[in-house]
Amino acid sequence: MSYLPFVLAAWIFVVGIFGIVRSRHYIHLVVCLSLTQSSTYVLLLSIGYVKHGGAPIFKDVPQGTRAVDPVVQALTLTDIVVSVTVAALVLALAIQAKKHAKTMNPDELRPVRG
Amino acid sequence: MDVLVPLPVAIPLLSAAVVTAIGHWCGRRFDDLIAIGATAATLVISLLLVFRSNEHELVYWFGGWRPRDGVALGISFTVDPGSAAVATLVSTLALAALVFSWRYFDEVGKLFPVLMLLFVGAMCGFALAGDLFNLFVWFELMSVVAYALTGYGVEHAGPLEGAINFAVTNTVGSFCILFGIGFLYARTGALNLAQIGEALAGHRADGLVIVAFTLLVGGFMTKAGAVPFHFWLSDAYAVAPIPVCILLAGVMSDLGLHAVGRIYWTAFSGTLSAGDIRPVLVGFGLVTAIVGGFMCFLQRDLKRMLAFATISNIGSVLVGIALLTRSGLAGSIVYLNTNGLLRGAAFVAVGILVRRFKSGDELDLRGRGRRAPIAGAVLVAAALALALLPPFGPFLANALVVDSAIALGYGWVPPLLALAAVLSAGTILRAAGRIFGGLGAGEDPLLSHEPEESQAEPDDDRRVSPPLMWIPAGALAVVGLGLAFVPELAGHALRDAGRVVDRSSHAREVLGGVAPPAAPIPPYSPSATAYAYGIASAGGALAFAAFGLYRRRLPISLRRAAARAAAGPVAGLKELHSGVVGDYVAWLTAGVALLGGLVAVVVR
Repeated sequence: MSYLPFVLAAWIFVVGIFGIVRSRHYIHLVVCLSLTQSSTYVLLLSIGYVKHGGAPIFKDVPQGTRAVDPVVQALTLTDIVVSVTVAALVLALAIQAKKHAKTMNPDELRPVRG
Repeated sequence: MDVLVPLPVAIPLLSAAVVTAIGHWCGRRFDDLIAIGATAATLVISLLLVFRSNEHELVYWFGGWRPRDGVALGISFTVDPGSAAVATLVSTLALAALVFSWRYFDEVGKLFPVLMLLFVGAMCGFALAGDLFNLFVWFELMSVVAYALTGYGVEHAGPLEGAINFAVTNTVGSFCILFGIGFLYARTGALNLAQIGEALAGHRADGLVIVAFTLLVGGFMTKAGAVPFHFWLSDAYAVAPIPVCILLAGVMSDLGLHAVGRIYWTAFSGTLSAGDIRPVLVGFGLVTAIVGGFMCFLQRDLKRMLAFATISNIGSVLVGIALLTRSGLAGSIVYLNTNGLLRGAAFVAVGILVRRFKSGDELDLRGRGRRAPIAGAVLVAAALALALLPPFGPFLANALVVDSAIALGYGWVPPLLALAAVLSAGTILRAAGRIFGGLGAGEDPLLSHEPEESQAEPDDDRRVSPPLMWIPAGALAVVGLGLAFVPELAGHALRDAGRVVDRSSHAREVLGGVAPPAAPIPPYSPSATAYAYGIASAGGALAFAAFGLYRRRLPISLRRAAARAAAGPVAGLKELHSGVVGDYVAWLTAGVALLGGLVAVVVR
């Protein structure tokens, strides 16, 4: 099995984290967060990958047909739902920040310190 | 299979759906009543589960998908008294929070009870889940609900910033957990914790296992708020509405550590030896306890003060778990439950002050608290118990940890734990003395600046009925203090911890349905050393409170020297808590890297 998908997942993760750390705008922050999350999709799907395996649908196929692992696909689906929820929530908070605090910059919106 | 097992999750979730669906057509109080009723029912059932799981674990396989030949495809809840007690703690605190929040959010409609019910259901599910996938799903559900609840007062900058920091940092933490789950699944082909433990047992831990362990523990420590993953916590807890703080500080943080203990013993104890990783985890716990206590001392905003006290307590619980012994784990179970109740009570007391005097600032409230004696009594009682005063719960828990640490040759741990208790509880006593006794100076330049913005709490007190505020405060304090007098509490905790620690018989019970014979309740009484530490730290906390109040009466030369010595660390620590989410994520990454590096070094 190739190491390439794992290297790719790690790369996306690191790039995403770098983006979050350097972010100066909430929308940019949310995009980076979603990007980081996509590294988990790559990881999970590559764990379940089977060479020449079909989709894990076992209706009308002979027994013993090769298929990829459905468990990680279920995990990925759950993960996508989570990702959308978090993105929507943070975006909603960002809109409120723009409305009430008149800023989208995490550096400027910081009343609590120390 | 016990039909009660899924109910602590099902009742709150279904009630939330009911309130959302038909709440619009019912009276204004309908949703509050449903929420309180559902939470009370959850409380009763969780308590029943504590007793029912007393002799042997309750394993519930959803849809009857029992494991075959040691392979678990189904989803399980695994209930032992420790996890059922956490579910009970969740519902107790939620009940107090809902009673306290009666008429609290009049203007914003029905979302609050719905979110609270979802929060309760998710936390109970997290406490009871027996496999990693579900642990992750409940973790995400409770996190997302917690972000929404933290940012409930969206018209203020504070809650917005706190909620965003909370959401981003914890989401990155959850990616770590998901990566860890992925790696473990790739290695073992299993998601059930017991099955993972069986697959890993006996093999030498290689790189993949170490990475998976690091990511899982790092992710859960982010939720718990262990240093250096803790930065979001003080921002979020300082701005969340008080009823939410009761749950966040009372139990959500501890849930992360609950998961760390479970995952180590059920999944990793067969491959990572306790002796190897003990020093690493104990180190993280002690740093958390001390840094939390020190930061607590520097606060004047009461909610932020309690947030750092929470971090300090989390460190102590982590030390108990990190000793990786039966006695340490038992101590952490007792500590988690009693401290959760007491911190909840302290938050309600602060809530009473904020609602009555429109301020949550220690200096601003100086002497004004005399008109709220119940809040004062609750705060002082909670602080004294948190200061490890015998015979209350935190003392008992600390005694279990102290005895275990000394038996392991970690005799340097107990003094540091006592120091952490002195710092955090002493600070709460200082605030109580200033607010309720009018003691000390009205100014203190060492403390953090007053928050620029006023509290994001509702400011109409026309319809507040006092008993609805002090009943939850008093009830939580009484239960938290009284828990120590449950007969053989420590013995029960030891027996429960003994079952968690015995990985192979736990796995046989979960996967094969073979219940081991019920163990007798081991006798336990705290050693004289533990009593000495308890009394010393309670006395130390009082002395430290007096020091905080009357620092200026010390000789000037002494004060100058102390100020010079402390200036650097104080400024540095304050600077670290910058409030910028990017910094927090950088610290999180560094913390995970540090944890992984240390684990790799000690295992090799």
